[in-house]
Amino acid sequence: MTAGGPLVIEANALTRRFGSVTAVDSVDLEVRRGEIFGCLGPNGSGKSTLMRMLLGLLRPSSGTARVLGHAIPRDAERLRSDVGYMTQRFSLYEDLTVRENLEFAASIFGLFGRARRERVAATVAEHGLGRYERMRAAALSGGWKQRLALAAATIHAPPLLVLDEPTAGVDPQSRREFWEELFELAAGGTTVFVSTHYMDEAVRCHRLCMLRDGRRVAVGAPRALTEALAARVVEISGAAADRAIAALRGSPLVASTTQLGDTVHVLLREGAPSAAAAGEALEVFLAAAGLPGAQARPSPANLEDVFVALLLGDRLEAAGRPGPMPAPGVAAGPA
Amino acid sequence: MASLRRTLAVARKELHQLGRDRLSIGLVAGVPALQLVLFGFAINMDVRNVPTAVLDRSQSALSRRILGELAATQTFRLERSVQDEREAIRLLETSEVGAVVVIPADFDRHFYRGRGAQISIMADASDPTVAAAVGLAGQGFGRDLAARMQPFVTGASSAARGLVPLDRPTFGPRSELVVPEPIGVEVLPFYNPERRTAVFVVPGLVGVILTMTMMLMTALAIVRERERGTFEFLIATPVRRTEVMLGKILPYIGVGFVQVALVLALGVLLFAVPIRGSLVDLAIGTTPFLAAMLAMGLVVSAVSRSQFQAMQLSFFFFLPSMLLSGFMFPFDAMPELAQRIGSVLPLTHYLRIVRGIVLKGAPLASLGDEIAATSAFFAAALFVAATTFRKRL
Repeated sequence: MTAGGPLVIEANALTRRFGSVTAVDSVDLEVRRGEIFGCLGPNGSGKSTLMRMLLGLLRPSSGTARVLGHAIPRDAERLRSDVGYMTQRFSLYEDLTVRENLEFAASIFGLFGRARRERVAATVAEHGLGRYERMRAAALSGGWKQRLALAAATIHAPPLLVLDEPTAGVDPQSRREFWEELFELAAGGTTVFVSTHYMDEAVRCHRLCMLRDGRRVAVGAPRALTEALAARVVEISGAAADRAIAALRGSPLVASTTQLGDTVHVLLREGAPSAAAAGEALEVFLAAAGLPGAQARPSPANLEDVFVALLLGDRLEAAGRPGPMPAPGVAAGPA
Repeated sequence: MASLRRTLAVARKELHQLGRDRLSIGLVAGVPALQLVLFGFAINMDVRNVPTAVLDRSQSALSRRILGELAATQTFRLERSVQDEREAIRLLETSEVGAVVVIPADFDRHFYRGRGAQISIMADASDPTVAAAVGLAGQGFGRDLAARMQPFVTGASSAARGLVPLDRPTFGPRSELVVPEPIGVEVLPFYNPERRTAVFVVPGLVGVILTMTMMLMTALAIVRERERGTFEFLIATPVRRTEVMLGKILPYIGVGFVQVALVLALGVLLFAVPIRGSLVDLAIGTTPFLAAMLAMGLVVSAVSRSQFQAMQLSFFFFLPSMLLSGFMFPFDAMPELAQRIGSVLPLTHYLRIVRGIVLKGAPLASLGDEIAATSAFFAAALFVAATTFRKRL
């Protein structure tokens, strides 16, 4: 399903500078057919720029890419009929109705006459846009705009979907449905290249890469990435969270802390003892700091921890593979 | 109650935004400067160098001398000669000349007799300013010439013919000193004999309005997509550059024709502007100009980053069009340099087409040069637009 499919996207040292700012810094990429590949990173990490380069909408400053077998940016125009692109900001026509937008998209992608009418009707039904068919796009709420944009991007059933933060500002239920649809498309052979800064979405991807300041800092299956941080996370409960956080700042074992409700999620430093032992040590530490009721328990790492760890310059150890991995990008698990 | 501080805060923000927009700053300074220069060049209340054709039926030394004197007035610039009235009228229709001087065959005879010598000036009176100037110049010329040509004695003997100074009385067969009448100059106004300004302005207005609106429409059409972000969607689709450009031009051609029809209809209804030529001819003659203005708008949109810039750039082209095309001020009265610049502008040629057809009933075939000019401009603009419009962010 995911491993071993032909390469749909291939990028080598792709770079893009805007004046003195390097938005994308020597990024390598491999995306195979039928997988949902995520691109995770904070705002300004270069995700959109990377996507625009892959689509030939921006010239790379250096580096090469091949998408669907076409050399980019030279043959980028050949991609057009085979890619569905969803931009970060709504880019369909606000003064046209949902239906007019879809009809325009269908015409542009080569559907005419009856084929077009049928396809538009089917698309409207598939995406649940029936109620809004005659409404101007401007009048739709954020989530429904995104649905319309996805509908327009899939109207020609392209083999590759490039989605730039498709669920920004969308409610959780809609997001679930959105991802269900993505999985259906992937099962049918469509490759999805999606960017997001939501960790809970990134976890759903088959594989993902992490970008920070334009550089790729990690790539691999989400599970493999988090397993690289196995035994590095401890959860502390039973004490006032703000006081615990303040106290933990002084512990040499702690790399970073986050508050989740009333508990504190602690990332241990690289080289610290494993979570069980570290947990006990922290309980003692907190008791000494005036929080005797604190309890520490090992916890599985999440992608945010992976990200923070990379931020702090950790070199992740893949599960079962001892020793540091070569910088700058880290491949964990089957890559 | 308005707060001064908040008002100033808004003003300061506006200045910051304006300061970031280099192109607009350039235009803020450039447009008034351009306006001043062009106005200085083009404003010319005294009409000079009206291109004039000559229909000399007398072909004598005298007629040549008369023509020489006429040229010396500087109002008329004698450029060519014609053989018959038909040719003369054709030149007037196509605006190749503004006047035709006709010297009758028996001019010499009348002149030497001292009575009844008359030349005619067929004048393109569609432009009341030029018509008035030509009329004045003509009359003045007639009087001037008579004052300068000395009186002479009429006589049967050929030896006695000639011009003799006034203070030397001489004897001839009739022994009379004859003071000749001034040479009559009859100015025949063609087109717009009542010299109504509205008649002249309305057809020109068609061209000016088209210039303004057509260019702006396509200039905004693409920039608007960029500003609203829909451009990114568009360029990621299989649509080609030429398809986008032509697709954006087509609907506005229809709009342009509606405007032409509207202006002319109102001109006829409100100002009784006569339409002498064929409307079909006008439609055909208007199409290349319309397309040229639309293509020009595309060029503007290729270099504009915002709708604000697009509007200012359009105005930057619109201004010389208004001033140097012959819409406001007579084309031939402008200095050489201004005329050269004006000749590059499509409106200049279209004005001759629309005025020719509407005011003079000129046939389309005779306006071939002007139509070729507007078509060439369209091709050039489309080429520039096609090469500068990129499917890229």
